[in-house]
Amino acid sequence: MEQESGLKTLPGDEVRQIQWGFSDRYDLQMLVANARRVARTIVAKNVAEGERNTHEWTKKKAAMIDAFDEAGLTAAFMDVEHGGFIDGPKNLALALMAFEISWVDGGAATAGLAGNLALSPINECGTPEQRARYMGGAVPGKGGKLLRGSFDLTEPLPYAGVDGSMLSGTMRIEKWEEGKEPILKIEKRGRFITNMAYANFVTAAVGSADERIKGSTMVILEETDPGLYDRGVATKKMTHQLSSTHDPVFSLSVPASRIIGGYDIVDGKIVPRLDHGSIIEAVFSHTRVTVGIMTAAKLLSAVEPLIRYHRQRYRGTSADDVASPRFKLGIQQKEDAQQRLADIWAAGEAMCSLGFAAARLFDKIDALVKIRKEILAKKGITGGRALYKETKAIEAQAMEYLKLDGSLTEAQKATDAKYRALKEDPLIQFALLDTLGNVYCPAPKLWNTGHGTNMMREAVALMGGYGITEDAPGYLCNKWVDGQLEATYEGPEVVQRRQISLTMTNELFLEQLRLALAELEAIHREMPNVGAAITARAGKLFLFALDYMQKTNDATGKKYFHANRQGVSFPLADALACLLGSVEQIRDLVRLKNEGPQNPVAAESLPGLLPFMGDLCVIQALDMAGEVEKVLTELIYGYMADPASVRTTLKEYQELRLALEESMAGQRSARDRAGYALTQVSIPEVLDYPQ
Amino acid sequence: MSIDHTYHLVICGSVVPDPLQSLEPVVTQGKPGLKNELMLPMVLDPFVNHSLNEAAKLREATKDTQVHLVAVGPKAKLQQLMMVLAQKTAFNLVAVDAPAGGFIDSHTVAAALAEAIKAIPGLDLQKTLVFGGWSSASRASGTTLQLVGEKLGITEQFFGVDRLTPAADGGFTVLERVEAGQHLETQVAGAPAVIGWATGELPELPNNPKIGMMNMAKIMPAIGKAKAVDLASAGFSVVDTALPAEKRQTRVVKDMPAAAVAAEIKEWIASGKAG
Repeated sequence: MEQESGLKTLPGDEVRQIQWGFSDRYDLQMLVANARRVARTIVAKNVAEGERNTHEWTKKKAAMIDAFDEAGLTAAFMDVEHGGFIDGPKNLALALMAFEISWVDGGAATAGLAGNLALSPINECGTPEQRARYMGGAVPGKGGKLLRGSFDLTEPLPYAGVDGSMLSGTMRIEKWEEGKEPILKIEKRGRFITNMAYANFVTAAVGSADERIKGSTMVILEETDPGLYDRGVATKKMTHQLSSTHDPVFSLSVPASRIIGGYDIVDGKIVPRLDHGSIIEAVFSHTRVTVGIMTAAKLLSAVEPLIRYHRQRYRGTSADDVASPRFKLGIQQKEDAQQRLADIWAAGEAMCSLGFAAARLFDKIDALVKIRKEILAKKGITGGRALYKETKAIEAQAMEYLKLDGSLTEAQKATDAKYRALKEDPLIQFALLDTLGNVYCPAPKLWNTGHGTNMMREAVALMGGYGITEDAPGYLCNKWVDGQLEATYEGPEVVQRRQISLTMTNELFLEQLRLALAELEAIHREMPNVGAAITARAGKLFLFALDYMQKTNDATGKKYFHANRQGVSFPLADALACLLGSVEQIRDLVRLKNEGPQNPVAAESLPGLLPFMGDLCVIQALDMAGEVEKVLTELIYGYMADPASVRTTLKEYQELRLALEESMAGQRSARDRAGYALTQVSIPEVLDYPQ
Repeated sequence: MSIDHTYHLVICGSVVPDPLQSLEPVVTQGKPGLKNELMLPMVLDPFVNHSLNEAAKLREATKDTQVHLVAVGPKAKLQQLMMVLAQKTAFNLVAVDAPAGGFIDSHTVAAALAEAIKAIPGLDLQKTLVFGGWSSASRASGTTLQLVGEKLGITEQFFGVDRLTPAADGGFTVLERVEAGQHLETQVAGAPAVIGWATGELPELPNNPKIGMMNMAKIMPAIGKAKAVDLASAGFSVVDTALPAEKRQTRVVKDMPAAAVAAEIKEWIASGKAG
């Protein structure tokens, strides 16, 4: 088969900017350029020179942090008022930064982001004074000692974990003189604490060990506080050695003003305004998305080195004829190598699409948080029952909005006063985005890192024995193991599954998912070869099954779906995360189709790129649909004693299943086309970072 | 050192196809170019980068000196490039929308550059130093900058420059590369002059996103206004284009002493197999 493939080159920046929604954000484009430069120079050099082979913090690793500072990466998290350069929410910014650095090394990306994690409790919940001191002090180049932080959660010793209900750190009142600020004694032992080799402040979760202090909270500890600030020994991690991780010990005296978010004195007791759980929730609702992006980047980064390796596999042998297919294509002569790489690429695209969609979503949520607070304050609603009542009322209106959104035509939407009023109401929009965010935060963390690591194994396998050597280009073997750590830290898979299983049954979320599936049906009518019908029908099957399992008992009389029945709810969470990956991948393709022609460079590539990216969407949709169908059918039928007795009830399920399977007809050829395109695409002569 | 003298600095430079890419010459629509030219990643010509570093330094050392970057290249590619370049130092961009594949007559490019320079508002040619690359990472003949100078009437020209030291009276000293690793030092009374930079002696300017955000406010309108020019010139044609014959004889050898490697290369060259 010697034919022209439409895919000429690998997708360039112009294409990615459109797909991932930042073609109009120069601040982000600059950040991407800077992160890429640091990643492919000093970070790559550190990996190539074996810096991953030691757990200790070295000069070369420290130089990497300085390079982050110089390139503006450290300041990217900070608001302009504190010396940063990006206005407004930063989720997409940090996700893009993580993507670029993880393209080379996940540990380096973690090192770049861990300081932000330490600052997040202060940024999200801190008092104005705390924000000014620590956010401002963490911006490089302002003179004075640069503040670098670590985030120290519960971590009950001797293990590393994130069980927020088991605090090992304590706070007591050490001194409380009349009319003066109380001095707290903080005892905290951390495990697996990132940045700890050089952090000069720590945000630590502690519980009260004193009857004069209520509950738990997070406090800020500084290196210069009186007492013990012991960084501890370097943790012997299996991977991510370019980030510093220690097991520190703190026994420090700090003023009560270090309680994040402040405190009140009530009946002679110190009452922190925020408990540690609510602070952590505010932090992790954002940061987990970024981790999902880190694993996704690895898959896309594997494409070019694999193509090059496959093509060059037999060059240099004495029998070579430079014009022969064997010389030109090497292993790419074989269909399996082509198509397995297409699988990896397709999964990477879906993971990036899901992760960046989540990051953009949280930017929108963040922009509404302050507005919502102000509106509620004007209404005199501060919490408790009043807030609950208000939330319920808003949710009802939000549902009304969604129903109208699904039923009105575009022309009607433009003129319908009720629809427009609901659409412009920030409280309603917040409720909608928030319910989405509750699923979209854990989804990429769960699916990208878990499935992504499995797919990285595939990438390593495609290099054969070369893949498991240090000489393999693209550090694929490192990235495979890095993915496993990313699946674990900031909440392992079980935590994410639990989160999804609790939030995916929210009616506002489910209605938004129904609308997304209707959107895919419409896309299918216009673009029949992008897997939209497959994804829509897999989604419908999922919705039916979830509803059925929520309402039905199994053969033992137990409800199929129950919060504690993880054998059912967790596989459903996996299936949903995977489904959302396909939804977002197709949405990104549509954005590229619609906006690409306005960019001359992207436009030039679209005739070949769009069909190829469409084929990748199909590959992923097929894989996802198979997985979703397997999970649902296994659960529904697997806990059933007599299928005959429910045949009528499940008739709709069977019809939906049939419709899904029929939508797959003829679609597998997308894999053949994509595989062939990989044999034709032009790639750079060499990798653009040291190996 | 701060000198009470003002220069008008104009840097001529643009993008070139990323040399790491597989660059395959082809003829499309009767014109020579590169295969998938617009889709290939492009980078700032490294020689221009040196010019920009030197210009930033000279501006800091003098009073009220302004820097203008005149870039001929595909508009959309220039925009991507500016995401990096805009972070280096403050400058005004003058963009000219044209191909940058390396198959263009240097006379035509020089004419487009000279026209763009003449049209810069407030530019005093008598105070102007035209900076650019001594050579180019594209397949340039290395004559463009000289021709720009000629078209602007600037005949004081220096190439292979590694250092320019300004004096208090507006004059300056230029250190030019000559044969055998030697430099030639020339005292110049003052502007105007053309300076074709070699590598210079300065480290690369760090990326500063704050400077970038300030620059972009001016740069994006400049790119939007970029005039499209046809760089085809009568009488100029590329008769043939071809890739160098691909010849790879890869052999993975580890732990071989450098002396043994050198001896083998020497033997290979002596055998005439190197072609």
